[in-house]
Amino acid sequence: MRILSIDSSGLVASVAVTDDDILIAEYTICYKKTHSQTLVPMMDEIRRMTELDLESIDAIAVAKGPGSFTGLRIGSATAKGLGLALDKPIIPVPTVDGLAYRCYGTDKLVCPLMDARRSQVYTGIYEFLRKDAGAGTSYRLHTIREQCAVPIEEVLGALNELGREVIFLGDGVPVFEGRIAELMKVPYSFAPAHMRLQSAAAVAVRARALYEEGVFETAAAHQPEYLRLSQAERERMEAAR
Amino acid sequence: MSEDVTILAIESSCDETAAAVVRNGREVLSNVIFSQIDLHTLYGGVVPEIASRKHIEKINQVIEEALKKADRKLTDMDAIAVTYGPGLVGALLVGVSAAKAISFASGIPLIGVHHIEGHISANYIENKDLEPPFICLVISGGHTHLVVVKDYGQYEVLGRTRDDAAGEAFDKVARAIGLGYPGGPKIDKVSKEGNPEAIRFPRAKVAENEYDFSFSGLKSAVLNYLNAAKMKGEEIVTADVAASFQKAVVDVLVEHALDAVEKYGLKKFAIAGGVASNSTLRATFEQACRERDIAFYHPSPILCTDNAAMIGAAGYYEYIAGARSGLDLNAVPNLKLGER
Repeated sequence: MRILSIDSSGLVASVAVTDDDILIAEYTICYKKTHSQTLVPMMDEIRRMTELDLESIDAIAVAKGPGSFTGLRIGSATAKGLGLALDKPIIPVPTVDGLAYRCYGTDKLVCPLMDARRSQVYTGIYEFLRKDAGAGTSYRLHTIREQCAVPIEEVLGALNELGREVIFLGDGVPVFEGRIAELMKVPYSFAPAHMRLQSAAAVAVRARALYEEGVFETAAAHQPEYLRLSQAERERMEAAR
Repeated sequence: MSEDVTILAIESSCDETAAAVVRNGREVLSNVIFSQIDLHTLYGGVVPEIASRKHIEKINQVIEEALKKADRKLTDMDAIAVTYGPGLVGALLVGVSAAKAISFASGIPLIGVHHIEGHISANYIENKDLEPPFICLVISGGHTHLVVVKDYGQYEVLGRTRDDAAGEAFDKVARAIGLGYPGGPKIDKVSKEGNPEAIRFPRAKVAENEYDFSFSGLKSAVLNYLNAAKMKGEEIVTADVAASFQKAVVDVLVEHALDAVEKYGLKKFAIAGGVASNSTLRATFEQACRERDIAFYHPSPILCTDNAAMIGAAGYYEYIAGARSGLDLNAVPNLKLGER
Protein backbone atom coordinates (compact mmCIF):
# COMPACT_ATOMS: atom_id res chain seq x y z
CA MET A 1 0.00 0.00 0.00
CA ARG A 2 1.40 3.34 -1.06
CA ILE A 3 0.69 6.25 1.28
CA LEU A 4 1.49 9.93 0.89
CA SER A 5 1.58 11.39 4.40
CA ILE A 6 1.62 14.89 5.83
CA ASP A 7 2.27 16.38 9.27
CA SER A 8 2.08 20.15 9.67
CA SER A 9 0.56 20.20 13.15
CA GLY A 10 3.47 21.93 14.84
CA LEU A 11 6.75 23.67 14.04
CA VAL A 12 7.78 20.85 11.73
CA ALA A 13 6.60 20.49 8.15
CA SER A 14 6.93 16.88 7.05
CA VAL A 15 5.91 14.93 3.94
CA ALA A 16 6.59 11.26 3.21
CA VAL A 17 5.81 8.55 0.72
CA THR A 18 5.79 4.95 1.99
CA ASP A 19 5.22 1.69 0.19
CA ASP A 20 4.34 -0.98 2.76
CA ASP A 21 7.53 -1.39 4.80
CA ILE A 22 9.67 0.86 2.59
CA LEU A 23 10.05 4.57 3.18
CA ILE A 24 10.52 5.88 -0.37
CA ALA A 25 11.05 9.47 0.69
CA GLU A 26 10.64 11.74 3.65
CA TYR A 27 11.19 15.48 3.66
CA THR A 28 11.09 17.11 7.08
CA ILE A 29 12.03 20.63 8.00
CA CYS A 30 11.84 22.69 11.15
CA TYR A 31 12.36 26.18 9.86
CA LYS A 32 10.76 29.62 10.16
CA LYS A 33 9.04 29.54 6.75
CA THR A 34 5.29 28.96 6.91
CA HIS A 35 3.89 25.53 6.10
CA SER A 36 1.95 27.17 3.29
CA GLN A 37 5.24 28.04 1.58
CA THR A 38 6.98 24.71 2.20
CA LEU A 39 4.55 21.79 2.23
CA VAL A 40 3.52 21.46 -1.43
CA PRO A 41 6.97 22.42 -2.80
CA MET A 42 8.43 19.63 -0.60
CA MET A 43 5.94 17.17 -2.10
CA ASP A 44 6.89 18.37 -5.55
CA GLU A 45 10.57 17.82 -4.75
CA ILE A 46 9.83 14.26 -3.61
CA ARG A 47 7.77 13.64 -6.73
CA ARG A 48 10.60 14.77 -9.00
CA MET A 49 13.40 13.11 -7.05
CA THR A 50 11.66 9.73 -6.84
CA GLU A 51 9.90 9.98 -10.23
CA LEU A 52 6.68 9.41 -8.35
CA ASP A 53 3.49 8.80 -10.29
CA LEU A 54 0.86 10.42 -8.06
CA GLU A 55 -1.81 8.14 -9.49
CA SER A 56 -0.01 5.19 -7.85
CA ILE A 57 -0.82 6.50 -4.36
CA ASP A 58 -3.51 4.50 -2.57
CA ALA A 59 -4.30 6.89 0.26
CA ILE A 60 -3.33 10.20 1.80
CA ALA A 61 -2.55 10.25 5.52
CA VAL A 62 -2.57 13.43 7.55
CA ALA A 63 -1.92 14.33 11.16
CA LYS A 64 -5.47 15.44 11.94
CA GLY A 65 -4.79 17.20 15.24
CA PRO A 66 -4.37 18.42 17.82
CA GLY A 67 -1.86 21.13 16.98
CA SER A 68 -1.62 24.68 15.72
CA PHE A 69 -5.05 25.45 14.26
CA THR A 70 -3.59 27.09 11.16
CA GLY A 71 -0.95 24.38 10.71
CA LEU A 72 -3.59 21.66 10.94
CA ARG A 73 -5.73 23.40 8.34
CA ILE A 74 -2.84 23.81 5.91
CA GLY A 75 -2.18 20.06 6.20
CA SER A 76 -5.82 19.08 6.00
CA ALA A 77 -6.66 21.42 3.10
CA THR A 78 -3.63 20.08 1.23
CA ALA A 79 -4.72 16.49 1.90
CA LYS A 80 -8.27 17.32 0.83
CA GLY A 81 -7.07 18.92 -2.41
CA LEU A 82 -4.92 15.86 -3.17
CA GLY A 83 -7.79 13.53 -2.31
CA LEU A 84 -10.13 15.48 -4.58
CA ALA A 85 -7.76 15.55 -7.55
CA LEU A 86 -6.57 11.94 -7.19
CA ASP A 87 -9.90 10.55 -5.97
CA LYS A 88 -8.22 8.82 -3.03
CA PRO A 89 -9.31 8.42 0.61
CA ILE A 90 -7.80 10.21 3.58
CA ILE A 91 -6.53 8.37 6.66
CA PRO A 92 -6.79 10.80 9.58
CA VAL A 93 -4.08 10.10 12.17
CA PRO A 94 -4.27 11.53 15.70
CA THR A 95 -1.19 13.78 15.93
CA VAL A 96 -0.09 12.49 19.33
CA ASP A 97 -0.40 8.85 18.17
CA GLY A 98 1.84 9.69 15.22
CA LEU A 99 4.39 11.20 17.58
CA ALA A 100 4.24 8.13 19.83
CA TYR A 101 5.22 5.96 16.84
CA ARG A 102 8.59 7.70 16.88
CA CYS A 103 9.41 5.40 19.83
CA TYR A 104 8.14 2.16 18.23
CA GLY A 105 9.03 -1.00 20.10
CA THR A 106 10.24 0.56 23.33
CA ASP A 107 9.40 -1.15 26.63
CA LYS A 108 9.07 2.28 28.29
CA LEU A 109 5.93 4.35 28.42
CA VAL A 110 5.80 6.99 25.66
CA CYS A 111 4.51 10.46 26.46
CA PRO A 112 4.51 13.03 23.63
CA LEU A 113 4.19 16.65 24.76
CA MET A 114 3.04 19.45 22.48
CA ASP A 115 2.88 22.99 23.80
CA ALA A 116 -0.82 23.88 23.66
CA ARG A 117 -0.42 27.35 25.26
CA ARG A 118 -2.97 28.60 27.79
CA SER A 119 -0.98 26.53 30.36
CA GLN A 120 -1.95 23.25 28.72
CA VAL A 121 -0.25 20.49 26.83
CA TYR A 122 -1.51 18.23 24.05
CA THR A 123 -0.46 14.81 25.21
CA GLY A 124 -1.31 11.14 25.63
CA ILE A 125 0.23 8.07 27.26
CA TYR A 126 1.18 5.03 25.17
CA GLU A 127 2.96 1.71 25.33
CA PHE A 128 4.02 -0.82 22.70
CA LEU A 129 2.77 -4.36 23.23
CA ARG A 130 4.08 -7.49 21.52
CA LYS A 131 1.51 -8.84 19.09
CA ASP A 132 2.37 -12.41 20.21
CA ALA A 133 5.03 -14.30 22.11
CA GLY A 134 6.82 -15.54 18.96
CA ALA A 135 10.41 -14.69 18.16
CA GLY A 136 9.61 -12.78 14.97
CA THR A 137 6.80 -10.68 16.35
CA SER A 138 5.92 -7.02 15.91
CA TYR A 139 4.45 -4.46 18.24
CA ARG A 140 1.13 -2.70 18.38
CA LEU A 141 0.48 0.71 19.87
CA HIS A 142 -1.62 0.53 22.99
CA THR A 143 -3.21 3.76 24.15
CA ILE A 144 -3.23 4.12 27.92
CA ARG A 145 -4.45 7.68 27.80
CA GLU A 146 -5.99 9.00 24.61
CA GLN A 147 -4.71 12.31 23.19
CA CYS A 148 -6.09 15.27 25.12
CA ALA A 149 -5.45 18.89 26.14
CA VAL A 150 -4.67 19.03 29.87
CA PRO A 151 -2.41 20.90 32.32
CA ILE A 152 1.11 19.37 32.38
CA GLU A 153 0.66 18.51 36.06
CA GLU A 154 -2.23 16.21 35.22
CA VAL A 155 -0.32 14.03 32.78
CA LEU A 156 2.79 13.94 35.00
CA GLY A 157 0.58 12.81 37.90
CA ALA A 158 -0.89 10.04 35.77
CA LEU A 159 2.62 8.89 34.78
CA ASN A 160 3.74 8.80 38.43
CA GLU A 161 0.76 6.60 39.25
CA LEU A 162 1.62 4.20 36.43
CA GLY A 163 5.05 3.88 38.05
CA ARG A 164 7.04 2.97 34.90
CA GLU A 165 9.95 4.61 33.13
CA VAL A 166 8.89 7.20 30.54
CA ILE A 167 10.26 8.65 27.30
CA PHE A 168 9.13 12.22 26.64
CA LEU A 169 9.21 13.75 23.17
CA GLY A 170 7.67 16.62 21.20
CA ASP A 171 8.07 20.40 21.02
CA GLY A 172 6.70 20.62 24.58
CA VAL A 173 9.88 19.09 26.04
CA PRO A 174 11.89 22.34 26.36
CA VAL A 175 8.77 24.18 27.52
CA PHE A 176 7.95 21.78 30.38
CA GLU A 177 11.45 20.48 31.24
CA GLY A 178 11.45 22.36 34.54
CA ARG A 179 8.07 21.05 35.67
CA ILE A 180 9.06 17.52 34.67
CA ALA A 181 12.25 17.67 36.77
CA GLU A 182 10.22 19.02 39.67
CA LEU A 183 7.30 16.60 39.62
CA MET A 184 8.42 13.27 38.12
CA LYS A 185 8.90 10.47 40.66
CA VAL A 186 9.75 7.74 38.12
CA PRO A 187 12.79 7.52 35.80
CA TYR A 188 12.42 9.33 32.49
CA SER A 189 14.38 10.44 29.43
CA PHE A 190 13.95 12.80 26.51
CA ALA A 191 13.99 11.53 22.92
CA PRO A 192 17.00 12.75 20.89
CA ALA A 193 16.79 14.92 17.75
CA HIS A 194 16.12 12.13 15.22
CA MET A 195 12.98 11.09 17.09
CA ARG A 196 12.02 14.26 18.95
CA LEU A 197 9.48 15.95 16.66
CA GLN A 198 6.70 15.09 14.20
CA SER A 199 7.50 12.90 11.21
CA ALA A 200 5.28 12.14 8.25
CA ALA A 201 6.85 8.68 8.00
CA ALA A 202 5.62 7.89 11.53
CA VAL A 203 2.18 9.22 10.52
CA ALA A 204 2.22 6.86 7.52
CA VAL A 205 3.14 3.83 9.65
CA ARG A 206 0.35 4.62 12.09
CA ALA A 207 -1.99 5.30 9.15
CA ARG A 208 -1.42 1.86 7.67
CA ALA A 209 -2.47 0.21 10.94
CA LEU A 210 -5.52 2.47 11.16
CA TYR A 211 -6.46 1.73 7.54
CA GLU A 212 -6.43 -1.99 8.31
CA GLU A 213 -8.83 -1.26 11.17
CA GLY A 214 -11.12 0.51 8.69
CA VAL A 215 -10.22 4.07 9.72
CA PHE A 216 -10.36 6.23 6.60
CA GLU A 217 -12.73 8.79 5.11
CA THR A 218 -13.50 10.67 1.92
CA ALA A 219 -11.50 13.81 1.20
CA ALA A 220 -14.73 15.80 1.29
CA ALA A 221 -15.64 14.56 4.77
CA HIS A 222 -12.21 15.04 6.31
CA GLN A 223 -11.59 17.90 8.72
CA PRO A 224 -9.07 18.50 11.51
CA GLU A 225 -9.74 17.56 15.10
CA TYR A 226 -8.76 20.57 17.17
CA LEU A 227 -9.56 19.18 20.65
CA ARG A 228 -10.52 22.77 21.46
CA LEU A 229 -13.27 25.22 20.69
CA SER A 230 -12.40 28.57 19.17
CA GLN A 231 -11.96 31.39 21.65
CA ALA A 232 -15.21 33.05 20.52
CA GLU A 233 -17.20 29.85 21.04
CA ARG A 234 -15.61 29.30 24.43
CA GLU A 235 -16.39 32.81 25.60
CA ARG A 236 -19.93 32.55 24.32
CA MET A 237 -20.50 29.30 26.23
CA GLU A 238 -18.99 30.79 29.38
CA ALA A 239 -21.25 33.85 29.06
CA ALA A 240 -24.29 31.59 28.64
CA ARG A 241 -23.45 29.74 31.80
CA MET B 1 -8.90 21.91 -30.46
CA SER B 2 -11.03 24.55 -28.89
CA GLU B 3 -9.47 27.81 -27.89
CA ASP B 4 -11.83 28.18 -24.97
CA VAL B 5 -10.23 28.74 -21.59
CA THR B 6 -12.10 27.13 -18.73
CA ILE B 7 -11.11 28.03 -15.20
CA LEU B 8 -11.95 26.50 -11.84
CA ALA B 9 -12.01 29.34 -9.33
CA ILE B 10 -11.88 29.15 -5.54
CA GLU B 11 -12.57 31.91 -3.00
CA SER B 12 -12.34 31.69 0.80
CA SER B 13 -11.09 35.10 1.93
CA CYS B 14 -13.78 35.85 4.50
CA ASP B 15 -17.02 34.07 5.42
CA GLU B 16 -18.07 32.63 2.06
CA THR B 17 -16.70 29.31 0.82
CA ALA B 18 -17.08 29.51 -2.95
CA ALA B 19 -16.10 27.76 -6.16
CA ALA B 20 -17.04 28.42 -9.77
CA VAL B 21 -16.33 27.33 -13.30
CA VAL B 22 -15.92 30.21 -15.75
CA ARG B 23 -15.34 30.07 -19.50
CA ASN B 24 -13.34 32.76 -21.25
CA GLY B 25 -13.61 35.11 -18.30
CA ARG B 26 -17.18 36.15 -18.91
CA GLU B 27 -19.34 33.05 -19.09
CA VAL B 28 -20.26 31.52 -15.74
CA LEU B 29 -20.87 27.78 -16.04
CA SER B 30 -21.43 27.41 -12.30
CA ASN B 31 -21.19 29.61 -9.23
CA VAL B 32 -21.49 27.84 -5.89
CA ILE B 33 -21.42 29.78 -2.64
CA PHE B 34 -21.69 28.39 0.84
CA SER B 35 -22.45 31.32 3.12
CA GLN B 36 -21.55 31.11 6.80
CA ILE B 37 -23.49 34.22 7.69
CA ASP B 38 -25.95 32.54 10.08
CA LEU B 39 -23.05 31.19 12.11
CA HIS B 40 -21.38 34.59 12.47
CA THR B 41 -24.63 36.42 13.19
CA LEU B 42 -24.49 34.80 16.67
CA TYR B 43 -21.31 36.79 17.32
CA GLY B 44 -22.31 40.06 15.65
CA GLY B 45 -19.58 39.77 13.02
CA VAL B 46 -17.19 37.40 11.31
CA VAL B 47 -15.09 35.35 13.75
CA PRO B 48 -11.89 34.42 11.89
CA GLU B 49 -11.25 31.05 13.60
CA ILE B 50 -14.85 29.93 13.11
CA ALA B 51 -14.74 31.06 9.47
CA SER B 52 -11.56 29.04 8.87
CA ARG B 53 -13.05 25.93 10.48
CA LYS B 54 -16.16 26.18 8.33
CA HIS B 55 -14.12 26.70 5.16
CA ILE B 56 -12.21 23.47 5.63
CA GLU B 57 -15.44 21.61 6.30
CA LYS B 58 -17.03 22.81 3.05
CA ILE B 59 -14.20 23.39 0.59
CA ASN B 60 -14.34 20.06 -1.26
CA GLN B 61 -18.14 19.93 -1.44
CA VAL B 62 -18.23 23.42 -2.93
CA ILE B 63 -15.55 22.60 -5.55
CA GLU B 64 -17.18 19.28 -6.47
CA GLU B 65 -20.57 20.92 -6.79
CA ALA B 66 -19.15 23.68 -9.01
CA LEU B 67 -17.66 21.08 -11.38
CA LYS B 68 -20.85 19.03 -11.35
CA LYS B 69 -23.14 21.99 -12.03
CA ALA B 70 -20.86 23.07 -14.88
CA ASP B 71 -20.96 19.48 -16.17
CA ARG B 72 -17.16 19.46 -16.30
CA LYS B 73 -14.42 17.26 -14.93
CA LEU B 74 -11.35 18.59 -13.16
CA THR B 75 -9.27 17.46 -16.14
CA ASP B 76 -11.30 19.78 -18.41
CA MET B 77 -9.88 22.80 -16.59
CA ASP B 78 -7.17 24.98 -18.14
CA ALA B 79 -6.28 26.70 -14.88
CA ILE B 80 -7.15 26.92 -11.20
CA ALA B 81 -7.61 30.46 -9.92
CA VAL B 82 -7.63 31.13 -6.19
CA THR B 83 -7.94 34.23 -4.02
CA TYR B 84 -4.68 34.69 -2.11
CA GLY B 85 -5.36 38.10 -0.58
CA PRO B 86 -6.42 40.39 0.89
CA GLY B 87 -8.59 38.81 3.56
CA LEU B 88 -8.47 36.78 6.77
CA VAL B 89 -5.22 34.82 6.68
CA GLY B 90 -6.60 31.60 8.19
CA ALA B 91 -9.56 31.69 5.82
CA LEU B 92 -7.42 32.43 2.75
CA LEU B 93 -5.06 29.56 3.62
CA VAL B 94 -7.81 26.96 3.25
CA GLY B 95 -8.56 27.92 -0.35
CA VAL B 96 -4.91 28.51 -1.22
CA SER B 97 -3.74 25.17 0.27
CA ALA B 98 -6.51 23.18 -1.42
CA ALA B 99 -5.93 24.93 -4.78
CA LYS B 100 -2.19 24.29 -4.65
CA ALA B 101 -2.71 20.61 -3.83
CA ILE B 102 -5.19 20.24 -6.70
CA SER B 103 -2.83 22.02 -9.08
CA PHE B 104 0.10 19.85 -7.94
CA ALA B 105 -1.84 16.60 -8.22
CA SER B 106 -3.48 17.38 -11.57
CA GLY B 107 -0.75 19.39 -13.27
CA ILE B 108 -3.25 22.17 -14.01
CA PRO B 109 -1.62 25.64 -13.78
CA LEU B 110 -2.30 27.75 -10.69
CA ILE B 111 -3.14 31.45 -10.70
CA GLY B 112 -3.28 33.52 -7.50
CA VAL B 113 -5.92 36.23 -7.79
CA HIS B 114 -6.35 39.48 -5.88
CA HIS B 115 -9.73 39.58 -4.15
CA ILE B 116 -10.47 43.19 -5.14
CA GLU B 117 -9.45 42.45 -8.72
CA GLY B 118 -12.08 39.74 -8.55
CA HIS B 119 -14.76 42.17 -7.37
CA ILE B 120 -13.91 44.60 -10.18
CA SER B 121 -13.96 41.76 -12.73
CA ALA B 122 -17.44 40.68 -11.61
CA ASN B 123 -18.60 43.50 -13.87
CA TYR B 124 -17.26 41.72 -16.98
CA ILE B 125 -19.59 38.78 -16.45
CA GLU B 126 -22.91 40.51 -17.05
CA ASN B 127 -21.67 43.42 -19.12
CA LYS B 128 -20.19 41.79 -22.19
CA ASP B 129 -19.44 45.22 -23.69
CA LEU B 130 -17.47 46.53 -20.71
CA GLU B 131 -13.76 46.86 -21.34
CA PRO B 132 -11.05 48.93 -19.67
CA PRO B 133 -10.36 51.73 -19.19
CA PHE B 134 -13.03 52.69 -16.65
CA ILE B 135 -13.36 53.86 -13.07
CA CYS B 136 -14.52 51.36 -10.45
CA LEU B 137 -15.67 51.88 -6.89
CA VAL B 138 -15.18 48.74 -4.77
CA ILE B 139 -17.23 48.85 -1.59
CA SER B 140 -17.63 45.97 0.82
CA GLY B 141 -17.39 44.99 4.46
CA GLY B 142 -13.62 45.03 4.29
CA HIS B 143 -12.75 47.37 1.42
CA THR B 144 -13.46 50.84 0.05
CA HIS B 145 -11.34 51.50 -3.04
CA LEU B 146 -11.71 53.97 -5.88
CA VAL B 147 -9.74 52.55 -8.77
CA VAL B 148 -8.84 53.42 -12.35
CA VAL B 149 -8.95 50.17 -14.30
CA LYS B 150 -6.38 51.08 -16.96
CA ASP B 151 -6.33 47.70 -18.62
CA TYR B 152 -7.01 44.09 -17.64
CA GLY B 153 -4.89 43.48 -14.56
CA GLN B 154 -3.65 47.09 -14.48
CA TYR B 155 -4.94 49.30 -11.75
CA GLU B 156 -4.29 52.66 -10.22
CA VAL B 157 -5.79 53.15 -6.79
CA LEU B 158 -7.03 56.75 -6.55
CA GLY B 159 -8.47 56.56 -3.07
CA ARG B 160 -9.17 54.22 -0.21
CA THR B 161 -10.65 54.45 3.24
CA ARG B 162 -8.50 55.89 5.99
CA ASP B 163 -10.38 54.00 8.71
CA ASP B 164 -13.56 51.92 8.48
CA ALA B 165 -14.64 50.31 5.23
CA ALA B 166 -18.07 51.46 4.05
CA GLY B 167 -19.63 48.08 4.88
CA GLU B 168 -18.00 48.14 8.30
CA ALA B 169 -19.67 51.51 9.01
CA PHE B 170 -23.01 49.97 8.01
CA ASP B 171 -22.43 47.08 10.43
CA LYS B 172 -21.42 49.33 13.33
CA VAL B 173 -24.31 51.76 12.87
CA ALA B 174 -26.78 48.90 12.44
CA ARG B 175 -25.61 47.46 15.74
CA ALA B 176 -25.95 50.86 17.46
CA ILE B 177 -29.55 51.31 16.31
CA GLY B 178 -30.46 47.74 17.20
CA LEU B 179 -30.80 46.29 13.70
CA GLY B 180 -28.11 43.65 14.19
CA TYR B 181 -25.77 41.90 11.75
CA PRO B 182 -25.25 42.08 8.81
CA GLY B 183 -25.81 45.82 8.79
CA GLY B 184 -25.86 46.58 5.06
CA PRO B 185 -29.05 44.79 3.99
CA LYS B 186 -30.83 45.70 7.25
CA ILE B 187 -30.12 49.43 6.94
CA ASP B 188 -31.02 49.32 3.25
CA LYS B 189 -34.41 47.81 4.10
CA VAL B 190 -35.37 49.96 7.06
CA SER B 191 -34.21 53.14 5.27
CA LYS B 192 -37.03 52.77 2.78
CA GLU B 193 -39.41 53.73 5.62
CA GLY B 194 -37.28 56.68 6.79
CA ASN B 195 -36.53 60.25 5.82
CA PRO B 196 -32.95 60.63 4.53
CA GLU B 197 -33.07 64.39 5.19
CA ALA B 198 -34.21 64.02 8.82
CA ILE B 199 -30.74 64.32 10.33
CA ARG B 200 -27.78 66.04 8.73
CA PHE B 201 -24.78 63.78 9.35
CA PRO B 202 -21.30 65.01 8.27
CA ARG B 203 -19.79 64.20 4.85
CA ALA B 204 -16.10 63.68 5.60
CA LYS B 205 -13.33 65.04 3.42
CA VAL B 206 -9.78 63.80 3.73
CA ALA B 207 -7.42 66.75 3.40
CA GLU B 208 -4.39 65.05 1.81
CA ASN B 209 -6.20 63.10 -0.89
CA GLU B 210 -9.49 64.23 -2.37
CA TYR B 211 -10.37 60.63 -3.30
CA ASP B 212 -9.77 59.03 0.08
CA PHE B 213 -12.66 58.15 2.34
CA SER B 214 -13.24 58.30 6.07
CA PHE B 215 -16.27 56.79 7.72
CA SER B 216 -15.31 56.65 11.38
CA GLY B 217 -16.31 60.31 11.93
CA LEU B 218 -19.73 59.60 10.45
CA LYS B 219 -20.13 56.55 12.66
CA SER B 220 -19.21 58.65 15.73
CA ALA B 221 -21.67 61.36 14.65
CA VAL B 222 -24.44 58.75 14.56
CA LEU B 223 -23.45 57.42 18.00
CA ASN B 224 -23.33 60.99 19.39
CA TYR B 225 -26.73 61.73 17.92
CA LEU B 226 -28.18 58.60 19.55
CA ASN B 227 -26.63 59.42 22.95
CA ALA B 228 -27.78 63.05 22.83
CA ALA B 229 -31.32 62.04 21.91
CA LYS B 230 -31.36 59.52 24.74
CA MET B 231 -30.11 62.12 27.25
CA LYS B 232 -32.75 64.58 26.19
CA GLY B 233 -35.39 61.89 26.28
CA GLU B 234 -36.19 62.47 22.61
CA GLU B 235 -37.71 59.73 20.54
CA ILE B 236 -35.26 58.03 18.16
CA VAL B 237 -36.80 57.16 14.81
CA THR B 238 -34.64 54.23 13.73
CA ALA B 239 -35.71 54.46 10.09
CA ASP B 240 -34.78 58.16 9.93
CA VAL B 241 -31.37 57.54 11.52
CA ALA B 242 -30.71 54.66 9.12
CA ALA B 243 -31.87 56.60 6.05
CA SER B 244 -29.90 59.72 7.01
CA PHE B 245 -26.75 57.72 7.72
CA GLN B 246 -27.08 55.82 4.45
CA LYS B 247 -27.59 59.09 2.55
CA ALA B 248 -24.41 60.51 4.09
CA VAL B 249 -22.40 57.45 2.98
CA VAL B 250 -23.89 57.38 -0.51
CA ASP B 251 -23.41 61.13 -1.01
CA VAL B 252 -19.68 60.88 -0.29
CA LEU B 253 -19.24 57.82 -2.47
CA VAL B 254 -21.09 59.37 -5.40
CA GLU B 255 -19.26 62.69 -5.14
CA HIS B 256 -15.77 61.15 -4.98
CA ALA B 257 -16.44 58.58 -7.67
CA LEU B 258 -18.03 60.86 -10.20
CA ASP B 259 -15.42 63.56 -9.64
CA ALA B 260 -12.84 60.96 -10.65
CA VAL B 261 -14.84 59.89 -13.70
CA GLU B 262 -15.08 63.50 -14.86
CA LYS B 263 -11.44 64.24 -14.17
CA TYR B 264 -10.18 61.17 -16.04
CA GLY B 265 -12.73 61.71 -18.82
CA LEU B 266 -13.52 58.01 -19.03
CA LYS B 267 -17.32 58.12 -19.27
CA LYS B 268 -17.51 54.58 -17.93
CA PHE B 269 -18.10 53.80 -14.28
CA ALA B 270 -18.67 50.55 -12.39
CA ILE B 271 -19.39 49.56 -8.81
CA ALA B 272 -18.46 46.29 -7.13
CA GLY B 273 -18.39 44.57 -3.74
CA GLY B 274 -21.04 43.63 -1.20
CA VAL B 275 -22.21 47.21 -0.54
CA ALA B 276 -22.79 47.62 -4.30
CA SER B 277 -26.03 45.67 -3.73
CA ASN B 278 -27.42 48.55 -1.67
CA SER B 279 -30.55 49.73 -3.49
CA THR B 280 -30.28 53.42 -2.58
CA LEU B 281 -26.66 53.47 -3.65
CA ARG B 282 -27.50 51.88 -6.98
CA ALA B 283 -30.42 54.20 -7.63
CA THR B 284 -28.38 57.28 -6.73
CA PHE B 285 -25.48 56.28 -8.97
CA GLU B 286 -27.86 55.32 -11.76
CA GLN B 287 -29.41 58.77 -11.74
CA ALA B 288 -26.18 60.70 -11.23
CA CYS B 289 -24.54 58.84 -14.12
CA ARG B 290 -27.53 59.40 -16.40
CA GLU B 291 -27.42 63.15 -15.66
CA ARG B 292 -23.74 63.26 -16.54
CA ASP B 293 -24.01 60.94 -19.55
CA ILE B 294 -21.77 58.29 -17.96
CA ALA B 295 -22.32 54.60 -18.70
CA PHE B 296 -23.05 52.91 -15.36
CA TYR B 297 -22.20 49.25 -14.73
CA HIS B 298 -22.96 47.08 -11.73
CA PRO B 299 -23.02 43.34 -11.07
CA SER B 300 -26.23 41.67 -9.93
CA PRO B 301 -26.33 41.05 -6.14
CA ILE B 302 -25.10 37.43 -6.35
CA LEU B 303 -21.93 38.68 -8.05
CA CYS B 304 -21.53 41.60 -5.62
CA THR B 305 -21.19 39.33 -2.61
CA ASP B 306 -17.97 37.34 -2.23
CA ASN B 307 -18.08 34.64 -4.92
CA ALA B 308 -15.69 32.60 -7.02
CA ALA B 309 -17.10 33.47 -10.47
CA MET B 310 -15.49 36.89 -10.14
CA ILE B 311 -12.17 35.19 -9.28
CA GLY B 312 -12.57 33.10 -12.43
CA ALA B 313 -13.17 36.27 -14.47
CA ALA B 314 -10.08 38.00 -13.06
CA GLY B 315 -8.09 34.77 -13.30
CA TYR B 316 -8.88 34.47 -17.01
CA TYR B 317 -7.28 37.82 -17.83
CA GLU B 318 -4.26 36.87 -15.70
CA TYR B 319 -4.11 33.55 -17.52
CA ILE B 320 -4.09 35.02 -21.02
CA ALA B 321 -1.49 37.57 -19.86
CA GLY B 322 0.71 34.59 -18.96
CA ALA B 323 0.59 34.86 -15.17
CA ARG B 324 1.21 31.62 -13.27
CA SER B 325 1.74 31.06 -9.54
CA GLY B 326 4.20 28.64 -7.97
CA LEU B 327 3.41 25.89 -5.48
CA ASP B 328 4.85 28.15 -2.78
CA LEU B 329 1.96 30.61 -3.23
CA ASN B 330 1.08 31.94 0.21
CA ALA B 331 -1.90 33.80 1.59
CA VAL B 332 -1.20 37.54 1.82
CA PRO B 333 -3.77 39.07 4.18
CA ASN B 334 -2.93 42.71 3.35
CA LEU B 335 -2.13 42.30 -0.35
CA LYS B 336 -2.24 45.63 -2.21
CA LEU B 337 -4.05 45.98 -5.50
CA GLY B 338 -1.64 45.80 -8.42
CA GLU B 339 1.03 44.04 -6.34
CA ARG B 340 2.35 40.61 -7.23
